Amino acid sequence: MAAETNNRSRGVLSSLGNILSGTTGPLIGLLLLVVYLSFATDTFFTVRNFLNILDQITVLGILAIGMTFVILIGGIDLAVGSILALCIMVMGHLAKEAGLPMWLAISVGLTVAGLAGGISGTLIAYFRVPAFIATLAMMSAARGLANMVTDGHQIISFPAWFNLMALIRHGGYITTTVAVMFVVFVVCWIYLRFTSGGRSLYAIGGNEEVARLAGINVKRHTVGVYVVSGVLAGLAGIMLGARLDSVQPSAGFTYELDAIAAVVIGGTSLSGGTGGLTGTAIGVLIIGVLRNGLNLLGVSPFTQQVVIGVVIAAAVAAEAFKKKK
Amino acid sequence: MSSRESPLLSLRQIRKSFGPTEVLHGIDLDIYAGEVVALLGENGAGKSTVSNVIAGTIAPSSGEMTWMGEPYAPANPRAAIDTGLGLIHQELHLLEHLSIAENVFVGRWPKRFGCVDRAHMERQAQAQLERLGLEISPSRLVRGLSTANQQLIEIAKALALDAKLLILDEPTASLGGAETELLFDQIEQLKADGVGIIYISHRLEEIKKISDRVVVMRDGDKVQEFDSGNVPVRTIVESMVGRSLDRMFPAIPHPSEECSFEVKNLTSALGMFEQVSFEVNKGEIFGIAGLVGAGRTELVRAMTGADPIKSGSIKLFGKDITPKTPQDSIRHGVVMVPEDRKLQGLIVDHSIADNVAYANFPAISRNGFLNHNMVNDFANTTTTRFGVKGQTFQRADELSGGNQQKVILAKWLAKDPKVVILDEPTRGIDVGARSSIYESIVALAEKGISVIVVSSDLEEVLGISNRVMVMAQGRMTGVLERGAANDVSVMELATR
Repeated sequence: MAAETNNRSRGVLSSLGNILSGTTGPLIGLLLLVVYLSFATDTFFTVRNFLNILDQITVLGILAIGMTFVILIGGIDLAVGSILALCIMVMGHLAKEAGLPMWLAISVGLTVAGLAGGISGTLIAYFRVPAFIATLAMMSAARGLANMVTDGHQIISFPAWFNLMALIRHGGYITTTVAVMFVVFVVCWIYLRFTSGGRSLYAIGGNEEVARLAGINVKRHTVGVYVVSGVLAGLAGIMLGARLDSVQPSAGFTYELDAIAAVVIGGTSLSGGTGGLTGTAIGVLIIGVLRNGLNLLGVSPFTQQVVIGVVIAAAVAAEAFKKKK
Repeated sequence: MSSRESPLLSLRQIRKSFGPTEVLHGIDLDIYAGEVVALLGENGAGKSTVSNVIAGTIAPSSGEMTWMGEPYAPANPRAAIDTGLGLIHQELHLLEHLSIAENVFVGRWPKRFGCVDRAHMERQAQAQLERLGLEISPSRLVRGLSTANQQLIEIAKALALDAKLLILDEPTASLGGAETELLFDQIEQLKADGVGIIYISHRLEEIKKISDRVVVMRDGDKVQEFDSGNVPVRTIVESMVGRSLDRMFPAIPHPSEECSFEVKNLTSALGMFEQVSFEVNKGEIFGIAGLVGAGRTELVRAMTGADPIKSGSIKLFGKDITPKTPQDSIRHGVVMVPEDRKLQGLIVDHSIADNVAYANFPAISRNGFLNHNMVNDFANTTTTRFGVKGQTFQRADELSGGNQQKVILAKWLAKDPKVVILDEPTRGIDVGARSSIYESIVALAEKGISVIVVSSDLEEVLGISNRVMVMAQGRMTGVLERGAANDVSVMELATR
C-alpha cells in the first residue's frame, strides 16, 4: 500500500518534471523574485495582491499564448497589438453606433481579428513573404483601420455587464476576464501537448521540410496559427476593453513586444521547435510580478523599463549558456 | 620508417569525455612530414573527435600533443591555423553570399592600407583554384555552385593556408572521378613539399591509392596500424568492424510477378527529368543508378509529391495515385526516405520518439489526442523492430549516422507502406552499419513491399537490386536485369 502510494507519487513527480522540463531556469527566477518581494514589501505576499497581479496580466497572458504558437513554428507576429485595437474598435462601433447586441459585436470583432491573422498567415504560407515583413505590414494596416473606424476617437460606456466581467470576483477570487485567460490557457496547453495538431507545430518549427515530407500540411497549419494568434489578440483586446470600460484605437500599442518578451523569457526558442506554454506562463508571471513588485517598491516606470530589458537579456543569455554546457 | 626524423605532430594518450561518456580512450598518433596517414573507422569511432582535437575545435580532457618537438595545445581553431594546421571539414562551411576569393581568404583577407586588397586576393585565389583544375572566376559568388565545386573551394581554402599539416575529412564525398584525380595529384604535390596529411575517408579504394600508412580506430581506441597503404580492403573493413565479414550484401529475394507500382511518362515541372516510365513488382528491389545530376533524386521527389509534376502519371495496383503533395503519396502507402538525413529526414534536436511520431500521428493518436506515453510506446515498438541502438528520449543528433537512418526507416515503415523509396540510404554510413541497412531493405522486399533504391554507389545498386534503371541527364537510358547489370553496362548507360 505504502509502496503503491510511493510509486504513484513518483509518477506524479516525473510527469511534473516532464511538464516543467526546459523551464526550470525561468521557474527558479520567478520563485526568487517572489521570495525577494515578499521580504522587501509588506503588501506583496497577500491574496489581494496576487489577485491583482492576475488581473494585470490577463491581456498580456492571452496575447502571449497566441505568440507562443507563432514562435513555436519559427514565426513571429508583430501585428497582435494592432489587431487587438482593430478588434475592439470594430466591436465598439458595432455596439454603440450600429446598435448591435454586445455579444454579436464581440463575435464580429473576433472574426475580423481572425481574418487579419489569416491574411498574415496566407502571405507567409502561400506568398512566401517572411513572417517579420508580413506581420509588420499587418501591424501598420490594422492600426490604420482601427483609427479609421472612429477617426481616432475613443468609444465609452458599454452595457454594465461588460465592465463587470473585469470587476466582480466570483467566489471572492476570480474575475470573468481572468477565468477566460485560464480557460484559453488550459485549452491551448492541452492542444499543444496532447493533440497531433499541436505536436505537428513542433515538427514544423523544428524543420519545415522534414515536416512537409512527413505528410504534415505545413501551409494549412501556418495559416491556422496566425488565425489563432489574431483571434487571441482580439480576445485580449476585449478583456482590456472590459477592464477600462472604453475602447480606443491606440490600445495595445507595442504589446506585441511584451508578448514576445514573455514567450522568450519562458524558454521558447525564437528559431522554433522547442518550448511551450508552461514556459510562457512563467514568462508572463515574471513580467507581471516584476511590474507589480517594482510599483510596490515605488520604482519609477522609466527604471522599470530598464529592469525588464535586463531581465529579458539575462533570461535568454542564461538559457543559451545552459544549452552550451 | 618510424626511425627517421622526428614527427611533425605527436599525440600521446589523448582522452576526451563528453559528460560521463569517454569517447577517446588514450590515443597515440604520430604524423611525419611528407606522408599521408589514412584515419579509418566506422561512424562514431572517434575519427572526427581526433581531428577536432588536433585542429583546436575541442580541447582534450587529458593527454599531450607536441608540434615539431614543442608542446602544442591550441586554445581555438585560430591558434591551430596559425601554428600551421589546416582542417577541411566534412560538411561544407562556405558563405554562399560572398565571392569564392573571399571564402578562400575568410578571416585572413590580404590587406593594403587597412583595406582588403581585392585584386591581390583574387589573384591568389585564382592560383589556388587552378591547382585544383577549377576554371571559375574567383569573383563569382559561391551560391549556386555545385556541391563538388564547393567541396573543391573548401579544399582550396585549406591549400591557401600553406599549412604544414592538413586534415582532410571525407574530401571526396561529393567529387566525381576526374575531380578526385586532380585532388590526388595535389596531395602528391603537397607530400613532395613535405606537408603531412591526415586523410579520413569511407572510400577504402582511395586509401589504397594515396596513403602511406593506415590507422584504424574503433569505439574511441586505435585498434590497428598498417605501415603501408596497400592493405586488402577486406582486412581493413574487418579491423574497422571488429569481426570478419562473410559478405556485404544479403541474398535478395525473388519478386512476385504482380506489378504494383507504375510510373508512366513522368516529366518534371522543374525541367529536371522527362518521360520516365517504369514498373516495379511486388517484393522487387528496383535500383536507380546514374551520375550526379542525372535527375534521380528529383525523380523520386516528384514521384512522392515533394516536387511538382508537369505531366505523366503514377499508378499503384492499377489505380491512379499521381500525388500533388507528400500527404497524397503517404496516404496511398508510397513513402520516401530522403537523401539528406539532417535537412529532410530528421529534426536533429528533437527526440527519437518525436521524430518517429511526426509521420505517424494518425496511427498514434486517438481522435486526434495523444500523450507522451503513447508516443514513447509507439516509438519503442518500431525502433526495436529495426534494431535502433539508443533510447527513444535521446535527441536524434546523439545517434550515429547508421542509427539515424534506422530511425528514419522506422518512422516510415511503421505505416505498413506498399512502396518504399530510399534515396542514398547508406550515404555517410560506415561499412558495418551498411549491412544492417541492406538487411532491412531485403526484409521489406520479403514482406511484399516494392523497394526503390537510388544510389551513387555502383556496388550497392548492383548488389541489392533485382533490376537497375539507369538515368543520364534527366532521361532514362535503360533498365538492366540483375544478370546483365554490371559496372560496365551501367556506366555505359549512365554516360550516354
